[in-house]
Amino acid sequence: MTHGTGNLSGADFPRAALPLLADDRLRRNLRHATGTIRAKRAAVVGEVDDWEELREAGRAIKAHTMRHLPELLERFEEAAAAAGATVHWARDATEACAIIGDLIAATGESEVVKVKSMATQEIGLNEALEARGITAVETDLAELIVQLAGDTPSHILVPAIHKNRGEIRDLFRAAMPGAQDVSDEPADLAAAARRHLREKFLSAKVAVSGANFAVAETGTLVVVESEGNGRMCLTLPETLISLVGVEKIVPSFADLEVFLRLLPRSSTGERMNPYTSMWTGVADGPSAVHIVLLDNGRSAVLADEVGRQALHCIRCSACLNVCPVYERTGGHAYGSVYPGPIGAILSPQLTGVAANRSLPFASTLCGACYEVCPVKIDIPRVLVHLRQEAPKSPVERAAMRAMSWVMRDPRRYARALRAAALPLRRRRTLRRAPWPLSAWTAARDLPLPAAKSFRERWKEGV
Amino acid sequence: MSAREEILARLRGALDGAAEAPAPPRPVVDARAQGDPELMAGRLRDYKAVVHRAGPGELAAVLGGVLAGVGVLAVPPDLPEAWLSAHSGRVLRDPDVAALDTVDAVLTGAAVAVAETGTIVLDAGPAQGRRALTLVPDRHVCVLFTRQIAPGVAQALARLRPTAPLTWISGPSATSDIELSRVEGVHGPRRLDVVIAEY
Repeated sequence: MTHGTGNLSGADFPRAALPLLADDRLRRNLRHATGTIRAKRAAVVGEVDDWEELREAGRAIKAHTMRHLPELLERFEEAAAAAGATVHWARDATEACAIIGDLIAATGESEVVKVKSMATQEIGLNEALEARGITAVETDLAELIVQLAGDTPSHILVPAIHKNRGEIRDLFRAAMPGAQDVSDEPADLAAAARRHLREKFLSAKVAVSGANFAVAETGTLVVVESEGNGRMCLTLPETLISLVGVEKIVPSFADLEVFLRLLPRSSTGERMNPYTSMWTGVADGPSAVHIVLLDNGRSAVLADEVGRQALHCIRCSACLNVCPVYERTGGHAYGSVYPGPIGAILSPQLTGVAANRSLPFASTLCGACYEVCPVKIDIPRVLVHLRQEAPKSPVERAAMRAMSWVMRDPRRYARALRAAALPLRRRRTLRRAPWPLSAWTAARDLPLPAAKSFRERWKEGV
Repeated sequence: MSAREEILARLRGALDGAAEAPAPPRPVVDARAQGDPELMAGRLRDYKAVVHRAGPGELAAVLGGVLAGVGVLAVPPDLPEAWLSAHSGRVLRDPDVAALDTVDAVLTGAAVAVAETGTIVLDAGPAQGRRALTLVPDRHVCVLFTRQIAPGVAQALARLRPTAPLTWISGPSATSDIELSRVEGVHGPRRLDVVIAEY
C-alpha cells in the first residue's frame, strides 16, 4: 500500500489545539460564521422534499463508482483524450507538482492564475512552483486572503473563515496595491479584489484548476464556484491544467443531477451556486487542455473496506460547520488541508494512520457530521475504526494490559474497586492525575470512582 | 511501470475481493417537462437577478426599455436583428476580450433554464456566443423563452448536450467568503437581467 504525501499532517491535534482554544477572537469568528451557514443550509435543505432519497442516491452512486474506479478512469481518459485533452497520471504529490511545473515551464510563463482547488493545496503546488520561479496567483477571494496574509487555509469551502471583516480590511489595506482606503463592508472588500485581479485575468496565459466532478462517460470536467474567478481562469487563458483526484469520477452525465442538487445546498446554503462550468477537452476556451489524475494515497484509502467511504466526499464542508470540535479549535489544529470531521478520517487514511495518529481522536463522536453529510459518509464509524488501527503508546498498552488482568477475575475486580473508592474526598472529578495518567488528564477531567461501587450497592439491594 | 499502469494496478489491488456495489436505479426523466415561469422568476429574484416579462410580440419593446442607457452593447454574432429593433445604442458583434472589458452590457439568449433553482444554462448555441462574451462585461442581459424552462436539474441535464461548453448561471456573481455571508458582485457580471419571453 502506498500512502500520500504533501500537506496532510501536522503537530499532534491536542497540542496544536491548545493555543487556538485560548484565542477568543478566533472562536468568535468561527462561531459567527458557522452559525450563519448552519441556518442557511437548514433552510434550503428543508425545501427539498426528497432530500433523504437524494442523499441515498449520492451515497449509492459514489459506492458504485469506487467499486468500478479503474474501468471508469480508463473510460474518462479515453473520452477526454478523444475531445482533445492530454491526460497525465501522478502517483503522489511530488510527481503531480513536477508534471504541472513542467507543463507551465514549457509555455515559458512565470505567472499562472489559479482556481480554488483542494487537491493543489494537498500537494503543495504553490510552494513547488515558487521553487521553480513560477508565481501562482490565487483568485478565489478567501484563498487570496490566505495568500496575502502568508497564512494557511482553515476550512474547505472558506479557507479564510478564521478571519473577520475587520482583519480582512486591515490585510487588504496593507498588502493589496490600491486598496489603502477600503472599508470593512464585504461588498467593498469584494470590489477591491475585483479591481486587483482584473488585469491578471485578462492577461494570464496559463490557469491551474481542480475539478468537482469528472464524468467518465463523456470526459467532461465540472467546476462549481461563486465569484466568476473560476469562469475567468477556465475561459480566458491559452493553457488550462486541471488536477483531479481519482475519486472525483462520476459515471454518467445524468448522475450530475444528484450532486448539483446536493452540493450547493450543503455547502454555501444556496439552491444553486452562482456559476458552474463544464468543459470536455478543447472547446470554447483554452486551446491546450491538460488533466492530471492524482492518486496520492487514494488507492490506499480504497483498500480499507470501512474507510473507503471517505472517498465519497464532495468537499461541501457541511460536517465542519456542525462540528462542536471544529467550531472551537478551527481548521489549523488538524494540521492537514482537510480539517474537521472529514479531515479526521481522510487525512490519516491518505497518509497512513501512523503518520496522523491523533486525528481519529479529534472528535466527540456526537454524529452531527453524519446527519448532514450529503453522501451519508458514516464519519463516526470510520473514526472508531481508525482509532482501533492507531498505534498505541507503550504506556497506554501497559495500562490496558493491567486493566484487562484486573477485570478478568471477579474478585480481583471487586478488590480494585474498593481500593479505588477508599480515599475520602469531596470532589467528583480529578483535574490532574499522577504520571502516567497525567497524559490523559492534560485536556480532560478524570471522573472519580463512586464511594460505593454499583456491585456493592446491588448486593445491598439498591 | 508507468504512473498510469501503477495507479490502475494499485486501485485494482485495493478492490480485490470487494463486494459488488450496484448502480442505483436511474429515475426516468421527461426532458420535455415544462418548468413554471412564475417559480423561475421568483427564484431569480431571490438571488438578486432583475426579472422582466415580455408577452408574445413584446420582446423588442421590452429589450428597448431594459437596454435604455446602455451606450455600448456586445452581442453574439448570430443575435436576431429583431431583438435590437428598439435599441438605439452602439452594438458590437462578438468583440475581442479587450473590447468586452469596456462595453456597458452584453445581450444573449440562453439554452435551458431550471425553475427550481433559478438557473440559466448557456451552451454556446444560438444567440449565446463564446463564453467570454457573458463573462467579461459587468452586466448581462439574457433572454429566456418560457419553453426553455425545465422544472428541475434532471430535466435540464436531459435537454443538454454534455460535450458542449456549458455555463450554469444563478444570479449575478457572488461570494460567501467573508464571514460566510453572501454578497453579490465579484469577478463575473455584477448585474444580471433576465427577460422571460413568451413565444
